[in-house]
Amino acid sequence: MKVLRAIEMNRCIGCFSCMITCATVNQQDHSIMKSAIRIKTSGGLTGKFIAIVCQACQDDVPCAEVCPTGALVKRGAGGVLLDKEKCVGCERCVTACTIDAIYFDLDTKRPIVCKHCGVCARFCPHGCLQLIEEGH
Amino acid sequence: MLYEKTAKVLYIDLATSKIEIKQRTDLAEYLGGVGLASKLLDETMHPELPPLAPEQPMVFAIGAISGIYPLITKTVAMFISPLTGELGESYAGGRLALALSMAGYDAVVIHGKASRPSYIAIDGGNVEIKDARPIWGMDSDVVGQFLRDSEEGSGKRSIMRIGPAGEKMVKFASVCVDTYRHFGRLGLGALMGSKLVKAIIVTGDKTTKIRNFKDYFRAYQTIFKSVTETDLMAKYHDLGTSINVESISALGALPTKNLTNNRFDGAEQISGEAFAEEKLVRKLACTGCPVGCIHIGQFRRKFDDGYDYESVSVAYDYELIYSLGALLGISKTDEVLHLIEAVEKTGLDAISAGVALAWATESLMKGIVTETETLLPLTFGNSDNYYQAILYLASRKNVFYQALGEGTRFAGATFGGDAFALQVAGNEIPGYHTGYANLVGLTVGARHSHLCNAGYAVDQSLKTFDENKAVEALFDEELERCLLNSLVICLFARKLYNRETVLKALNAAGYSLTDDELTRIAKRIYSTKLRLKEKLGFDPRLVELPKRFFKTPSMHGTLESSVVERMVNQYVEKCSVLLVGKI
Repeated sequence: MKVLRAIEMNRCIGCFSCMITCATVNQQDHSIMKSAIRIKTSGGLTGKFIAIVCQACQDDVPCAEVCPTGALVKRGAGGVLLDKEKCVGCERCVTACTIDAIYFDLDTKRPIVCKHCGVCARFCPHGCLQLIEEGH
Repeated sequence: MLYEKTAKVLYIDLATSKIEIKQRTDLAEYLGGVGLASKLLDETMHPELPPLAPEQPMVFAIGAISGIYPLITKTVAMFISPLTGELGESYAGGRLALALSMAGYDAVVIHGKASRPSYIAIDGGNVEIKDARPIWGMDSDVVGQFLRDSEEGSGKRSIMRIGPAGEKMVKFASVCVDTYRHFGRLGLGALMGSKLVKAIIVTGDKTTKIRNFKDYFRAYQTIFKSVTETDLMAKYHDLGTSINVESISALGALPTKNLTNNRFDGAEQISGEAFAEEKLVRKLACTGCPVGCIHIGQFRRKFDDGYDYESVSVAYDYELIYSLGALLGISKTDEVLHLIEAVEKTGLDAISAGVALAWATESLMKGIVTETETLLPLTFGNSDNYYQAILYLASRKNVFYQALGEGTRFAGATFGGDAFALQVAGNEIPGYHTGYANLVGLTVGARHSHLCNAGYAVDQSLKTFDENKAVEALFDEELERCLLNSLVICLFARKLYNRETVLKALNAAGYSLTDDELTRIAKRIYSTKLRLKEKLGFDPRLVELPKRFFKTPSMHGTLESSVVERMVNQYVEKCSVLLVGKI
């Protein structure tokens, strides 16, 4: 199993293709509000871009820990998968994530969690985002 | 607009702070963009009043499929140009198109004048007119820094703002969009300044469910692949538009030192290669475009004895290297970037500013004006003087800079020296002295820009020059661009978005249009624009071109004004056929 890593963000041009395709493929929505990855700048466009996305925590997984219904299930390679049936939309996972990488979908009242599918990496024109096999 | 047969238009009246949102189903057939904006301008403008009268509108519009396909990234602004007095039309990239679509608007119409310096914050349905007194007077880049901190929406908002030049209503003041892109041409910045609007921030969190995922994503992927995996966009990504500096000079088409020459002996030193090798530090993209054509050049500047340096980063492109480089005889990359920084922070259109200063330099050399007026010994090649002159121009330092700030045509007419005032119908010329198609194209083009009909490309592509063929090509290109600009596709992608691709993209997003229908839409838009120009009193046959165009040889040799006249008449003929035709 692979995990998504934003490893070459110095090369990011801010095209948002990752956000557009994540929202398209995973949520079937045109809006980048539905993306599980967010590209932000520090200090406007003159600053460096940063990808705010699931860091694929292993062992201790804060978002899964606080989930009261067990809706966030640990993935083998790191990170979590969301079981929508079990989720009650309490938003605890959203606040538990230190880097704010879990977004809350106001339409469905469910969190948007990266599942490390790699579609964003596939459409990243500069290889800033990559799907990587990490040893375990 | 997307998936809906209606255009949602936000109307803002600055005088009364009244906000109105209208669903314009009657305008849905225009596909948005320049078509929608032309209609809205037609409805709201006041041809009988001066361009900067408070009643005059500024209209912004995006297209039917903005933001959902690669390179459909632009926003069009339409207004009465304070520079030319007729049709104002300008395009900017950045994040604005995405922000408008997330705010849920196809178009925004702003009219009236605020009672005090203000900025407009649009956050979906929440529109506020806020106090801009503390930021009035600030440079364009600094305003951005302050508003980024005080306003919400980081990562998905767009910030338009003007610099001091816009506040002073310099007639070719620009509007900066998201730091590196601009509504540059024809003076939208002056219009914003006249309304006491320092900035406009747009954000929102609208979501739109995809109707037909399979078709849409297939179309998206095909287009994405042709952008990233074919040569179609390579030029724009690699060296960028500055790749043309050396080649245009070698062809004898690069206006140099106020077009006293058509080749620049310093072209190699300010070529795309020179910039890329010495100054390029990063590339950026508009939202939704994987090309990344925005080339950022950086240089360091010593500001005190010892080791005190500051660093400056600005975006460069062919047009800026032409106007603030070759046209002013500047042959050092650092110095070109230095001048770009000056137009950036003051908020001036780079082309117009360069042309105005080139005219001032020649006028000083010829004794038409004196140093008492220019305050500086302007000479081709001296960038320090030009830097200072740009600041004077933006602040309208004295009577001379006051006049120059009205535009090069006005300055030429006021002081004499209109023979070498490089403008067409009031708009300062872009960097191509290629031949007849360029001159005619600039004259008849809706906004007198090289981007109306690409006359410079027609000149370069016709093996043997043929008046009829050239006129035909200009007309066809202007017409087709009405369609591309209604979708507000980046014109760098004009070859990629041929009819087949445009149809594929539209169809996959639920617009079941045919090729013929697209042609009809293009014709309808072009007719609307021609009528708008007529209402504003424009007749291309009355445009007087400066003699310099016919003195300094183009890449096709010395040009005759009689040929231009003939071609303009032919073009007008074609326009009247379009206007009487049933569309």
